Amino acid sequence: MSDGTRRLLPRLLPLTPALALLLLFLAGPIAYCVLIAFTDLQLTGQAEESFVGFENFRRAFGDDAFLNAVWLTLVFTVLSSLIGQNTLGLALAALMQRASKPVRTLTGGIVVTAWVLPEVVAGFLLYAFFRREGTLNAVLDWLHLPSQNWLYTLPILAVSFANVWRGTAFSMLVYSAALNEIPKEITEAAEVDGAGGLRRMWHITLPMIRRSIGTNLMLNTLQTLSVFGLIWVMTRGGPGGRSQTLPLFMYEQAFQNSLIGYGTAVALLLLLVGALFSLVYMRLLRTEV
Amino acid sequence: MSLSSRRGTRRLAADAGLLTVAAAFVLPLAWLVLSALDPRAGLRVKAPDGLTLDHFDAILTDEITFTPLLNSLILCGGATALTVVCAALAAYPLSRFRSRLNRPFLLTILFATSLPITAIMVPVYALFVRVELIDTMRGTIFFFAASQLPFAIWLMKNFMDGVPKELEEAAWTDGASSLQSLVRIVLPLMGPGVAVVTVFSFVMMWGNFFVPFMLLLTPDQMPASVSINDFFGNRGMVAYGQLAAFSIVYSTPVILLYVLIARRLGGGFALGGAVKG
Repeated sequence: MSDGTRRLLPRLLPLTPALALLLLFLAGPIAYCVLIAFTDLQLTGQAEESFVGFENFRRAFGDDAFLNAVWLTLVFTVLSSLIGQNTLGLALAALMQRASKPVRTLTGGIVVTAWVLPEVVAGFLLYAFFRREGTLNAVLDWLHLPSQNWLYTLPILAVSFANVWRGTAFSMLVYSAALNEIPKEITEAAEVDGAGGLRRMWHITLPMIRRSIGTNLMLNTLQTLSVFGLIWVMTRGGPGGRSQTLPLFMYEQAFQNSLIGYGTAVALLLLLVGALFSLVYMRLLRTEV
Repeated sequence: MSLSSRRGTRRLAADAGLLTVAAAFVLPLAWLVLSALDPRAGLRVKAPDGLTLDHFDAILTDEITFTPLLNSLILCGGATALTVVCAALAAYPLSRFRSRLNRPFLLTILFATSLPITAIMVPVYALFVRVELIDTMRGTIFFFAASQLPFAIWLMKNFMDGVPKELEEAAWTDGASSLQSLVRIVLPLMGPGVAVVTVFSFVMMWGNFFVPFMLLLTPDQMPASVSINDFFGNRGMVAYGQLAAFSIVYSTPVILLYVLIARRLGGGFALGGAVKG
């Protein structure tokens, strides 16, 4: 053993428990995922699965239910993450800069509580909120506006709003931290020059926090791509698959239809999309460091 | 209009805007609290017909509440302990020693923090069936720890970088081993950082539904995040009052823990700041 390795080994020793866990329980399943995505593995009654090549993927792209799930995942992500959480979070953070302290604390507390609640509890609360006899319709009746059975007529919209309710706090906290770092003199100078609120936001504030915007969009999107419990509790992906995003589709194929191989192929596609976003996120971080 | 009165108007407008959003966000939470106390709770937010603690009385039994909460505690407590110990050990060489391996390793870790864990649950299930870890607490604990570990290592390393190396050098010259200086000097100095990693891991696992839902099968082993579904499915009619009461009991620990670390971090934590380094 050379002198270098003899010094290096004891230093790397503390890494081993973490490495073992990561290899066995994270890298292992991912490798296994790649492997069985190319087989016809089923849940029951099959002695030996066989290698089927790209059959599962061919099947997916010819499957209307899969394409429907891709479309709904896109709608869900754009509506709830890119538009909803991100914009509302930024608006809240910007308003908080100017609001009085008690209002700021109260609003922050309520929004963060929605975020900290366990996923399933949030699901139940929003189920109760959107149901036919739920709170939203009660409010609409009171305002003499037409009410409807939201979970039946517009399920994807209902679950998107649910995700906004649950996830906005994260964006709000990220943007609050970013806005607090902008030196006061800059905004004050613009104000004295007579730049109005929206113009100041567009020309001065947004360019200064653009990295936070990038990071936040990536993390929101990654989080939204893997939402399962919230939708499961509210609609089970229904009615008729109209709120079935990819994670729910994958679950249904693997367990209700017993097609583990096919479900895993879908999982692999989801993982690839996630990995792509993850790489973009890392690039964004690197420019920041 | 003068600058200061313009500011006053603007503050009022900002307050009004925030209060509107707060009102919308508070409605589902209000339903939760009112239903838990309302003797005849339904799905609407309404003034309760009197206040009662009957729902809490009804759910505070071994079968409904205490066993699932105990399961949650074993599952999340065990996995959190494992995560924190492994992360602290792993962060030490990454933070203290220069090596060509550090950068690729850290980049892999960072990459792994943002992978959608949901996506690999089907293969994990299939794998766990094959290696007979399915429906075992230990298997679920190991998987929970592994899924939380990348982020925990990342956070822990950043906190550890904040502890100056000079403090350890004295201990090294006295002949202390790396492990001794980690446990006696570094970790005590980064107490708040360790607290954040611990609380954050625990809160994430406590609320996680999908992992135990997939990996555990026996009802007796189910944590609260899964057993809460029984209020809907198996017990026939939904007892909304009890469901609300259970939700409150189940959510309280994580809200308290969050308050604990949020104060310490001045609220601006938001991972954004902590992840940046």
